[in-house]
Amino acid sequence: MNTNTKILPLEFEYYEPENLDEALELLSRFKERARIIAGGTDLLVKMKRELLKPEVLISLSRISNLKYIDEGEGSLRIGAGTPLSEIENNPTVERSYSALFEAVRSMAAPAIRNMGTIGGNLANASPACDTAPPLLVYGSSLKIKSKGNERVVPLEEFFLGPGITVLSPEELIAEIQISQSEPPKGSAFLKLGRVSADIAKINVAVYLKREGKRCSCCRIAFGSVAPTPLRIYQAEKMAEGEIFEEQVIKKVALECQKQIKPIDDVRSSKDYRVWVSAILAEEALKAAWLRSEGSL
Amino acid sequence: MRDKLINLKINGKKYQITVKSNTLLLNLLRELGYTDPKYGCGIGECGACSVLLDGQLTLSCLTLAISCDNKEVITAAGLSEKDQLHPLAQSLIEHAAIQCGFCTPGMIIAGKSLLDKNPNPTEEDVRQYLRGNLCRCTGYAPIVEAVLDQARKSKS
Ligand SMILES: Cc1cc2nc3c(=O)[nH]c(=O)nc-3n(C[C@H](O)[C@H](O)[C@H](O)COP(=O)(O)OP(=O)(O)OC[C@H]3O[C@@H](n4cnc5c(N)ncnc54)[C@H](O)[C@@H]3O)c2cc1C
Ligand code: FES
Ligand code: FES
Repeated sequence: MNTNTKILPLEFEYYEPENLDEALELLSRFKERARIIAGGTDLLVKMKRELLKPEVLISLSRISNLKYIDEGEGSLRIGAGTPLSEIENNPTVERSYSALFEAVRSMAAPAIRNMGTIGGNLANASPACDTAPPLLVYGSSLKIKSKGNERVVPLEEFFLGPGITVLSPEELIAEIQISQSEPPKGSAFLKLGRVSADIAKINVAVYLKREGKRCSCCRIAFGSVAPTPLRIYQAEKMAEGEIFEEQVIKKVALECQKQIKPIDDVRSSKDYRVWVSAILAEEALKAAWLRSEGSL
Repeated sequence: MRDKLINLKINGKKYQITVKSNTLLLNLLRELGYTDPKYGCGIGECGACSVLLDGQLTLSCLTLAISCDNKEVITAAGLSEKDQLHPLAQSLIEHAAIQCGFCTPGMIIAGKSLLDKNPNPTEEDVRQYLRGNLCRCTGYAPIVEAVLDQARKSKS
Protein backbone atom coordinates (compact mmCIF):
# COMPACT_ATOMS: atom_id res chain seq x y z
CA MET A 1 0.00 0.00 0.00
CA ASN A 2 1.22 3.44 -0.89
CA THR A 3 0.78 5.47 2.28
CA ASN A 4 1.84 9.01 2.91
CA THR A 5 2.29 9.26 6.67
CA LYS A 6 3.09 12.95 6.41
CA ILE A 7 -0.56 13.92 6.22
CA LEU A 8 -3.99 12.88 7.41
CA PRO A 9 -5.73 12.43 4.07
CA LEU A 10 -9.32 13.02 5.15
CA GLU A 11 -11.06 15.86 6.97
CA PHE A 12 -13.46 15.14 9.81
CA GLU A 13 -15.61 17.03 12.26
CA TYR A 14 -13.74 17.70 15.48
CA TYR A 15 -15.28 18.14 18.93
CA GLU A 16 -13.49 18.93 22.15
CA PRO A 17 -16.03 18.55 24.96
CA GLU A 18 -15.12 20.07 28.33
CA ASN A 19 -16.91 17.47 30.42
CA LEU A 20 -17.94 13.84 30.37
CA ASP A 21 -21.68 14.43 29.90
CA GLU A 22 -21.04 16.48 26.79
CA ALA A 23 -18.78 13.72 25.43
CA LEU A 24 -21.44 11.06 26.08
CA GLU A 25 -24.08 13.25 24.42
CA LEU A 26 -21.88 13.56 21.31
CA LEU A 27 -21.25 9.80 21.25
CA SER A 28 -24.97 9.07 21.40
CA ARG A 29 -25.60 11.61 18.65
CA PHE A 30 -22.97 10.37 16.16
CA LYS A 31 -22.70 6.68 17.12
CA GLU A 32 -20.58 4.64 14.66
CA ARG A 33 -19.78 7.74 12.61
CA ALA A 34 -17.61 8.97 15.49
CA ARG A 35 -14.40 7.86 17.13
CA ILE A 36 -12.97 8.91 20.43
CA ILE A 37 -9.50 10.40 20.32
CA ALA A 38 -7.50 10.39 23.57
CA GLY A 39 -3.75 10.65 22.95
CA GLY A 40 -4.15 9.78 19.28
CA THR A 41 -1.01 7.63 19.25
CA ASP A 42 -2.87 4.60 17.94
CA LEU A 43 -5.79 6.28 16.23
CA LEU A 44 -3.91 8.83 14.11
CA VAL A 45 -1.48 6.18 12.86
CA LYS A 46 -4.47 4.11 11.72
CA MET A 47 -6.11 7.16 10.10
CA LYS A 48 -2.90 8.01 8.26
CA ARG A 49 -2.86 4.47 6.92
CA GLU A 50 -6.56 4.81 6.05
CA LEU A 51 -7.41 1.76 8.13
CA LEU A 52 -9.97 3.97 9.85
CA LYS A 53 -11.93 6.84 8.31
CA PRO A 54 -14.05 8.39 11.05
CA GLU A 55 -16.33 11.26 10.04
CA VAL A 56 -16.26 12.71 13.54
CA LEU A 57 -13.57 12.81 16.23
CA ILE A 58 -14.51 13.43 19.85
CA SER A 59 -11.47 14.40 21.89
CA LEU A 60 -11.17 13.51 25.56
CA SER A 61 -8.14 15.74 26.05
CA ARG A 62 -9.93 18.65 27.77
CA ILE A 63 -12.00 16.52 30.15
CA SER A 64 -10.10 16.98 33.39
CA ASN A 65 -12.24 14.54 35.38
CA LEU A 66 -11.00 11.64 33.25
CA LYS A 67 -7.44 12.30 34.45
CA TYR A 68 -6.78 11.14 37.99
CA ILE A 69 -5.25 8.41 40.10
CA ASP A 70 -7.17 7.80 43.35
CA GLU A 71 -5.56 5.53 45.90
CA GLY A 72 -7.16 3.57 48.70
CA GLU A 73 -5.96 0.70 50.89
CA GLY A 74 -5.36 -1.98 48.23
CA SER A 75 -7.47 -0.15 45.67
CA LEU A 76 -6.60 2.08 42.78
CA ARG A 77 -8.89 4.01 40.45
CA ILE A 78 -7.38 5.47 37.33
CA GLY A 79 -9.27 7.85 35.04
CA ALA A 80 -9.23 6.45 31.50
CA GLY A 81 -7.79 9.69 30.11
CA THR A 82 -4.75 9.59 32.40
CA PRO A 83 -1.52 9.78 30.39
CA LEU A 84 0.82 6.81 30.76
CA SER A 85 3.59 9.09 32.06
CA GLU A 86 1.43 10.12 35.03
CA ILE A 87 0.94 6.49 35.96
CA GLU A 88 4.68 5.89 35.63
CA ASN A 89 5.41 8.87 37.91
CA ASN A 90 2.88 7.95 40.59
CA PRO A 91 4.76 6.85 43.77
CA THR A 92 2.07 4.36 44.84
CA VAL A 93 2.13 2.66 41.46
CA GLU A 94 5.90 2.43 41.59
CA ARG A 95 5.92 1.09 45.16
CA SER A 96 2.95 -1.28 45.23
CA TYR A 97 1.94 -2.10 41.65
CA SER A 98 5.29 -3.20 40.23
CA ALA A 99 3.86 -5.07 37.24
CA LEU A 100 1.84 -2.05 36.08
CA PHE A 101 4.80 0.25 36.69
CA GLU A 102 7.14 -1.98 34.71
CA ALA A 103 4.63 -2.34 31.89
CA VAL A 104 4.15 1.39 31.47
CA ARG A 105 7.90 1.96 31.76
CA SER A 106 8.48 -0.52 28.95
CA MET A 107 6.15 1.24 26.55
CA ALA A 108 7.37 3.25 23.57
CA ALA A 109 9.37 6.33 24.61
CA PRO A 110 8.72 9.36 26.87
CA ALA A 111 6.89 11.47 24.26
CA ILE A 112 4.40 8.69 23.45
CA ARG A 113 3.92 8.08 27.18
CA ASN A 114 3.08 11.78 27.67
CA MET A 115 0.52 11.60 24.87
CA GLY A 116 -0.92 8.09 25.14
CA THR A 117 -3.49 7.18 27.78
CA ILE A 118 -4.29 3.99 29.68
CA GLY A 119 -7.88 4.01 28.37
CA GLY A 120 -6.59 4.28 24.80
CA ASN A 121 -4.20 1.39 25.35
CA LEU A 122 -7.04 -0.88 26.48
CA ALA A 123 -9.70 0.32 24.02
CA ASN A 124 -7.28 -0.17 21.15
CA ALA A 125 -7.30 -3.86 22.14
CA SER A 126 -4.03 -4.91 20.56
CA PRO A 127 -3.12 -8.46 21.65
CA ALA A 128 0.30 -6.96 22.51
CA CYS A 129 -1.15 -4.16 24.65
CA ASP A 130 1.23 -3.78 27.60
CA THR A 131 -1.10 -2.57 30.35
CA ALA A 132 -3.51 -5.51 29.97
CA PRO A 133 -1.44 -8.35 31.52
CA PRO A 134 -0.75 -6.45 34.77
CA LEU A 135 -4.32 -5.19 35.01
CA LEU A 136 -5.58 -8.75 34.40
CA VAL A 137 -3.50 -10.23 37.21
CA TYR A 138 -4.72 -7.51 39.59
CA GLY A 139 -8.30 -8.55 38.74
CA SER A 140 -9.19 -5.10 37.37
CA SER A 141 -12.56 -3.90 36.14
CA LEU A 142 -13.56 -1.11 33.79
CA LYS A 143 -16.23 1.46 34.46
CA ILE A 144 -17.95 1.97 31.12
CA LYS A 145 -20.32 4.84 30.46
CA SER A 146 -22.80 5.90 27.84
CA LYS A 147 -25.47 8.59 27.95
CA GLY A 148 -27.59 7.81 31.00
CA ASN A 149 -25.93 4.44 31.56
CA GLU A 150 -23.05 2.94 33.46
CA ARG A 151 -21.77 -0.62 33.75
CA VAL A 152 -18.74 -2.28 35.30
CA VAL A 153 -17.04 -4.97 33.23
CA PRO A 154 -14.22 -7.24 34.46
CA LEU A 155 -11.20 -6.64 32.21
CA GLU A 156 -11.19 -10.39 31.47
CA GLU A 157 -14.51 -10.01 29.67
CA PHE A 158 -13.60 -6.79 27.88
CA PHE A 159 -11.47 -8.04 24.96
CA LEU A 160 -13.16 -10.04 22.21
CA GLY A 161 -10.39 -10.18 19.59
CA PRO A 162 -7.68 -8.04 17.99
CA GLY A 163 -9.09 -4.49 18.01
CA ILE A 164 -12.48 -5.75 19.19
CA THR A 165 -14.00 -5.12 22.62
CA VAL A 166 -17.40 -5.19 24.30
CA LEU A 167 -17.71 -1.39 23.88
CA SER A 168 -20.66 -0.23 21.80
CA PRO A 169 -20.17 2.87 19.62
CA GLU A 170 -21.97 4.97 22.24
CA GLU A 171 -19.78 3.89 25.13
CA LEU A 172 -16.46 4.97 26.53
CA ILE A 173 -14.18 3.69 29.27
CA ALA A 174 -14.38 6.13 32.16
CA GLU A 175 -12.26 4.42 34.80
CA ILE A 176 -9.94 1.50 35.46
CA GLN A 177 -10.54 -0.03 38.87
CA ILE A 178 -8.25 -2.26 40.89
CA SER A 179 -9.66 -3.50 44.12
CA GLN A 180 -7.62 -5.85 46.30
CA SER A 181 -7.74 -6.54 50.01
CA GLU A 182 -4.15 -5.28 50.23
CA PRO A 183 -1.66 -3.60 47.87
CA PRO A 184 -0.45 -6.29 45.39
CA LYS A 185 3.19 -6.17 46.43
CA GLY A 186 4.36 -9.39 44.76
CA SER A 187 3.92 -8.59 41.09
CA ALA A 188 6.19 -8.38 38.06
CA PHE A 189 5.98 -7.72 34.32
CA LEU A 190 8.40 -8.82 31.61
CA LYS A 191 8.39 -8.18 27.89
CA LEU A 192 10.46 -9.15 24.92
CA GLY A 193 10.68 -6.77 22.00
CA ARG A 194 13.11 -6.31 19.15
CA VAL A 195 14.55 -3.22 20.81
CA SER A 196 13.72 -1.84 24.23
CA ALA A 197 11.04 0.62 23.10
CA ASP A 198 9.29 -1.83 20.84
CA ILE A 199 5.84 -3.32 20.89
CA ALA A 200 5.95 -6.76 22.51
CA LYS A 201 6.73 -10.01 20.74
CA ILE A 202 5.43 -11.49 23.95
CA ASN A 203 4.77 -10.11 27.45
CA VAL A 204 3.77 -11.56 30.80
CA ALA A 205 2.60 -10.37 34.21
CA VAL A 206 2.55 -12.36 37.45
CA TYR A 207 0.96 -11.58 40.80
CA LEU A 208 1.64 -13.82 43.80
CA LYS A 209 0.54 -13.88 47.41
CA ARG A 210 2.64 -15.65 49.98
CA GLU A 211 1.87 -17.45 53.23
CA GLY A 212 5.22 -18.38 54.73
CA LYS A 213 6.91 -20.63 52.19
CA ARG A 214 3.70 -21.39 50.35
CA CYS A 215 2.10 -19.54 47.50
CA SER A 216 -1.50 -18.78 48.49
CA CYS A 217 -2.56 -17.07 45.30
CA CYS A 218 -1.05 -17.04 41.82
CA ARG A 219 -2.17 -15.12 38.75
CA ILE A 220 -0.44 -15.17 35.39
CA ALA A 221 -1.39 -13.28 32.21
CA PHE A 222 0.29 -13.26 28.81
CA GLY A 223 0.04 -10.87 25.88
CA SER A 224 0.76 -11.53 22.18
CA VAL A 225 0.11 -15.25 22.49
CA ALA A 226 -3.57 -15.27 21.47
CA PRO A 227 -6.13 -12.92 19.86
CA THR A 228 -6.54 -11.20 23.24
CA PRO A 229 -4.42 -10.85 26.40
CA LEU A 230 -5.00 -14.00 28.46
CA ARG A 231 -5.00 -15.41 31.99
CA ILE A 232 -3.44 -18.91 32.26
CA TYR A 233 -5.61 -20.56 34.91
CA GLN A 234 -4.27 -24.09 34.56
CA ALA A 235 -0.76 -22.91 35.39
CA GLU A 236 -1.97 -20.69 38.23
CA LYS A 237 -3.67 -23.66 39.93
CA MET A 238 -0.44 -25.67 39.89
CA ALA A 239 1.26 -23.01 42.03
CA GLU A 240 -1.44 -22.39 44.60
CA GLY A 241 -0.90 -24.05 47.97
CA GLU A 242 2.56 -25.29 46.97
CA ILE A 243 5.86 -24.60 48.66
CA PHE A 244 7.34 -22.18 46.17
CA GLU A 245 10.64 -23.63 45.03
CA GLU A 246 12.60 -24.17 41.84
CA GLN A 247 10.78 -27.38 40.83
CA VAL A 248 7.31 -25.92 41.25
CA ILE A 249 8.27 -22.75 39.41
CA LYS A 250 9.59 -24.80 36.47
CA LYS A 251 6.43 -26.90 36.37
CA VAL A 252 4.20 -23.81 36.36
CA ALA A 253 6.29 -22.15 33.65
CA LEU A 254 6.11 -25.25 31.44
CA GLU A 255 2.35 -25.38 31.89
CA CYS A 256 2.17 -21.76 30.61
CA GLN A 257 4.15 -22.86 27.58
CA LYS A 258 1.68 -25.69 26.97
CA GLN A 259 -1.40 -23.50 27.31
CA ILE A 260 -0.53 -20.58 25.01
CA LYS A 261 -1.53 -20.57 21.33
CA PRO A 262 0.57 -17.93 19.57
CA ILE A 263 0.78 -17.34 15.82
CA ASP A 264 3.45 -16.26 13.34
CA ASP A 265 3.29 -12.54 12.59
CA VAL A 266 5.51 -9.59 11.67
CA ARG A 267 6.97 -9.33 15.17
CA SER A 268 7.87 -12.91 15.87
CA SER A 269 7.23 -16.56 15.07
CA LYS A 270 4.98 -19.04 16.81
CA ASP A 271 7.94 -21.29 17.64
CA TYR A 272 10.00 -18.54 19.19
CA ARG A 273 7.07 -17.33 21.28
CA VAL A 274 6.38 -20.83 22.59
CA TRP A 275 10.03 -21.45 23.35
CA VAL A 276 10.60 -18.19 25.17
CA SER A 277 7.30 -18.15 27.11
CA ALA A 278 8.51 -20.66 29.71
CA ILE A 279 11.68 -18.67 30.36
CA LEU A 280 9.74 -15.44 30.65
CA ALA A 281 7.18 -17.02 32.98
CA GLU A 282 9.90 -18.48 35.18
CA GLU A 283 11.67 -15.16 35.55
CA ALA A 284 8.47 -13.25 36.24
CA LEU A 285 7.38 -15.83 38.84
CA LYS A 286 10.72 -15.52 40.62
CA ALA A 287 10.70 -11.72 40.54
CA ALA A 288 7.15 -11.57 41.91
CA TRP A 289 7.99 -14.07 44.66
CA LEU A 290 11.03 -12.10 45.79
CA ARG A 291 8.92 -8.94 45.86
CA SER A 292 6.40 -10.64 48.12
CA GLU A 293 9.43 -11.10 50.38
CA GLY A 294 9.62 -14.82 49.79
CA SER A 295 13.03 -16.46 49.55
CA LEU A 296 14.30 -18.74 46.82
CA MET B 1 -16.34 21.74 13.17
CA ARG B 2 -14.16 21.04 10.19
CA ASP B 3 -11.96 24.03 10.81
CA LYS B 4 -11.39 26.32 13.71
CA LEU B 5 -9.74 29.59 14.62
CA ILE B 6 -7.08 28.77 17.19
CA ASN B 7 -4.78 30.85 19.36
CA LEU B 8 -1.32 29.42 19.48
CA LYS B 9 2.00 30.64 20.82
CA ILE B 10 5.06 29.37 18.99
CA ASN B 11 8.51 30.14 20.38
CA GLY B 12 7.05 33.16 22.16
CA LYS B 13 5.20 34.56 19.14
CA LYS B 14 1.39 34.68 19.20
CA TYR B 15 -0.70 33.42 16.29
CA GLN B 16 -4.39 33.47 15.55
CA ILE B 17 -4.92 31.13 12.69
CA THR B 18 -7.64 28.99 11.13
CA VAL B 19 -6.68 25.34 10.84
CA LYS B 20 -8.41 22.40 9.19
CA SER B 21 -9.39 19.45 11.36
CA ASN B 22 -6.88 17.17 9.63
CA THR B 23 -3.89 19.54 9.77
CA LEU B 24 -1.07 18.09 11.83
CA LEU B 25 0.87 20.33 14.18
CA LEU B 26 4.11 19.37 12.41
CA ASN B 27 2.82 20.59 9.04
CA LEU B 28 1.40 23.79 10.52
CA LEU B 29 4.74 24.58 12.15
CA ARG B 30 6.68 23.94 8.97
CA GLU B 31 4.28 26.02 6.86
CA LEU B 32 4.74 28.90 9.29
CA GLY B 33 8.51 28.66 8.78
CA TYR B 34 9.45 26.68 11.86
CA THR B 35 11.35 24.05 9.92
CA ASP B 36 13.48 22.68 12.73
CA PRO B 37 10.98 19.93 13.66
CA LYS B 38 11.45 17.36 10.91
CA TYR B 39 9.19 14.84 9.24
CA GLY B 40 10.99 11.52 9.61
CA CYS B 41 8.45 8.71 9.88
CA GLY B 42 5.08 10.28 10.63
CA ILE B 43 4.11 7.37 12.88
CA GLY B 44 5.75 8.17 16.21
CA GLU B 45 8.86 6.02 15.75
CA CYS B 46 11.72 8.47 15.18
CA GLY B 47 11.32 11.58 17.35
CA ALA B 48 12.52 13.99 14.62
CA CYS B 49 9.29 16.01 14.99
CA SER B 50 9.59 16.43 18.80
CA VAL B 51 8.44 19.73 20.31
CA LEU B 52 7.44 20.92 23.76
CA LEU B 53 3.66 21.42 23.96
CA ASP B 54 2.79 23.31 27.14
CA GLY B 55 6.17 22.13 28.38
CA GLN B 56 5.55 18.43 27.64
CA LEU B 57 7.67 16.42 25.23
CA THR B 58 5.27 15.75 22.32
CA LEU B 59 5.44 14.34 18.80
CA SER B 60 4.05 16.95 16.42
CA CYS B 61 3.47 14.36 13.65
CA LEU B 62 0.77 12.72 15.79
CA THR B 63 -0.79 15.92 17.16
CA LEU B 64 -3.79 17.64 15.58
CA ALA B 65 -3.20 21.38 15.19
CA ILE B 66 -6.88 21.93 16.01
CA SER B 67 -6.28 20.42 19.47
CA CYS B 68 -3.67 23.07 20.29
CA ASP B 69 -6.00 26.02 20.93
CA ASN B 70 -4.55 28.25 23.68
CA LYS B 71 -1.42 26.15 23.93
CA GLU B 72 2.24 27.00 23.67
CA VAL B 73 4.71 25.24 21.37
CA ILE B 74 8.47 25.42 21.74
CA THR B 75 10.74 24.02 19.05
CA ALA B 76 14.49 23.49 19.29
CA ALA B 77 15.18 26.86 17.63
CA GLY B 78 12.96 28.50 20.23
CA LEU B 79 15.39 27.48 22.95
CA SER B 80 18.14 29.71 21.60
CA GLU B 81 18.27 33.30 22.73
CA LYS B 82 19.03 35.79 19.97
CA ASP B 83 22.30 34.59 18.47
CA GLN B 84 23.16 32.48 21.49
CA LEU B 85 22.63 28.76 20.96
CA HIS B 86 21.03 26.79 23.78
CA PRO B 87 23.84 25.28 25.88
CA LEU B 88 22.71 21.76 24.97
CA ALA B 89 22.96 22.60 21.25
CA GLN B 90 26.44 23.98 21.92
CA SER B 91 27.36 20.82 23.78
CA LEU B 92 26.20 18.66 20.85
CA ILE B 93 28.48 20.66 18.56
CA GLU B 94 31.44 20.33 20.91
CA HIS B 95 31.00 16.55 21.13
CA ALA B 96 30.71 16.15 17.37
CA ALA B 97 27.26 14.74 18.05
CA ILE B 98 25.84 16.27 14.87
CA GLN B 99 26.55 14.76 11.48
CA CYS B 100 23.71 15.23 8.99
CA GLY B 101 21.75 17.06 11.69
CA PHE B 102 18.35 15.64 10.82
CA CYS B 103 17.77 14.21 14.29
CA THR B 104 19.35 17.17 16.11
CA PRO B 105 16.29 19.39 16.75
CA GLY B 106 14.44 16.41 18.24
CA MET B 107 17.48 15.43 20.31
CA ILE B 108 17.79 18.96 21.69
CA ILE B 109 14.11 19.09 22.67
CA ALA B 110 14.15 15.62 24.23
CA GLY B 111 17.47 16.30 25.97
CA LYS B 112 16.20 19.57 27.41
CA SER B 113 13.00 17.87 28.55
CA LEU B 114 15.09 15.26 30.38
CA LEU B 115 17.40 17.80 32.05
CA ASP B 116 14.39 19.87 33.21
CA LYS B 117 13.02 16.81 34.98
CA ASN B 118 16.28 15.25 36.06
CA PRO B 119 19.30 17.58 36.24
CA ASN B 120 21.65 14.73 37.28
CA PRO B 121 20.90 11.87 34.90
CA THR B 122 22.99 8.72 34.66
CA GLU B 123 24.05 7.40 31.28
CA GLU B 124 21.23 4.85 31.52
CA ASP B 125 18.71 7.65 32.27
CA VAL B 126 19.84 9.52 29.15
CA ARG B 127 19.66 6.42 26.95
CA GLN B 128 16.19 5.55 28.28
CA TYR B 129 14.88 9.08 27.81
CA LEU B 130 16.25 9.47 24.30
CA ARG B 131 15.17 6.02 23.17
CA GLY B 132 12.41 7.46 20.98
CA ASN B 133 14.86 9.66 19.07
CA LEU B 134 16.61 7.83 16.28
CA CYS B 135 19.92 8.90 14.77
CA ARG B 136 21.23 7.26 11.60
CA CYS B 137 24.68 8.85 11.74
CA THR B 138 26.40 9.23 15.08
CA GLY B 139 25.90 5.89 16.80
CA TYR B 140 24.45 7.78 19.80
CA ALA B 141 27.58 7.73 22.02
CA PRO B 142 28.52 11.38 21.36
CA ILE B 143 24.89 12.49 21.80
CA VAL B 144 24.61 10.76 25.17
CA GLU B 145 27.97 12.21 26.21
CA ALA B 146 26.88 15.72 25.14
CA VAL B 147 23.76 15.54 27.32
CA LEU B 148 25.73 14.18 30.30
CA ASP B 149 28.39 16.85 29.86
CA GLN B 150 25.75 19.57 29.73
CA ALA B 151 24.28 18.25 32.99
CA ARG B 152 27.75 18.36 34.61
CA LYS B 153 28.41 21.88 33.32
CA SER B 154 25.15 23.35 34.56
CA LYS B 155 25.90 21.95 38.01
CA SER B 156 29.23 23.72 38.31
C1 LIG C 1 5.92 4.52 18.25
C2 LIG C 1 4.86 3.86 19.07
C3 LIG C 1 5.23 2.94 20.05
C4 LIG C 1 4.27 2.29 20.81
N1 LIG C 1 4.67 1.39 21.75
C5 LIG C 1 3.74 0.73 22.49
C6 LIG C 1 4.15 -0.25 23.45
O1 LIG C 1 5.34 -0.48 23.68
N2 LIG C 1 3.17 -0.93 24.12
C7 LIG C 1 1.85 -0.69 23.90
O2 LIG C 1 1.02 -1.33 24.55
N3 LIG C 1 1.44 0.24 23.01
C8 LIG C 1 2.34 0.96 22.30
N4 LIG C 1 1.93 1.88 21.38
C9 LIG C 1 0.50 2.09 21.16
C10 LIG C 1 -0.12 3.31 21.86
O3 LIG C 1 0.81 4.32 22.10
C11 LIG C 1 -0.78 2.94 23.16
O4 LIG C 1 -1.72 1.92 22.93
C12 LIG C 1 -1.48 4.12 23.85
O5 LIG C 1 -1.74 3.83 25.19
C13 LIG C 1 -2.79 4.50 23.17
O6 LIG C 1 -3.43 5.54 23.89
P1 LIG C 1 -3.99 6.85 23.18
O7 LIG C 1 -4.57 7.68 24.27
O8 LIG C 1 -2.94 7.48 22.33
O9 LIG C 1 -5.13 6.19 22.27
P2 LIG C 1 -5.85 6.78 20.97
O10 LIG C 1 -4.98 6.59 19.80
O11 LIG C 1 -6.38 8.14 21.24
O12 LIG C 1 -7.07 5.76 20.92
C14 LIG C 1 -6.89 4.39 20.62
C15 LIG C 1 -8.26 3.74 20.43
O13 LIG C 1 -8.99 3.70 21.64
C16 LIG C 1 -10.20 4.46 21.55
N5 LIG C 1 -10.32 5.14 22.85
C17 LIG C 1 -9.39 5.96 23.43
N6 LIG C 1 -9.79 6.30 24.67
C18 LIG C 1 -10.97 5.67 24.89
C19 LIG C 1 -11.87 5.62 26.01
N7 LIG C 1 -11.63 6.26 27.17
N8 LIG C 1 -13.00 4.87 25.89
C20 LIG C 1 -13.25 4.19 24.74
N9 LIG C 1 -12.45 4.19 23.66
C21 LIG C 1 -11.32 4.94 23.74
C22 LIG C 1 -10.04 5.33 20.34
O14 LIG C 1 -11.29 5.59 19.73
C23 LIG C 1 -9.15 4.48 19.45
O15 LIG C 1 -9.90 3.55 18.75
C24 LIG C 1 2.89 2.57 20.60
C25 LIG C 1 2.51 3.51 19.65
C26 LIG C 1 3.48 4.16 18.87
C27 LIG C 1 3.04 5.17 17.86
S1 FES D 1 8.12 12.16 12.37
FE1 FES D 1 7.16 12.19 14.29
S2 FES D 1 8.09 10.55 15.29
FE2 FES D 1 8.94 10.38 13.28
S1 FES E 1 23.10 13.24 12.85
FE1 FES E 1 22.20 12.35 11.11
S2 FES E 1 20.48 11.39 11.97
FE2 FES E 1 21.52 12.04 13.70
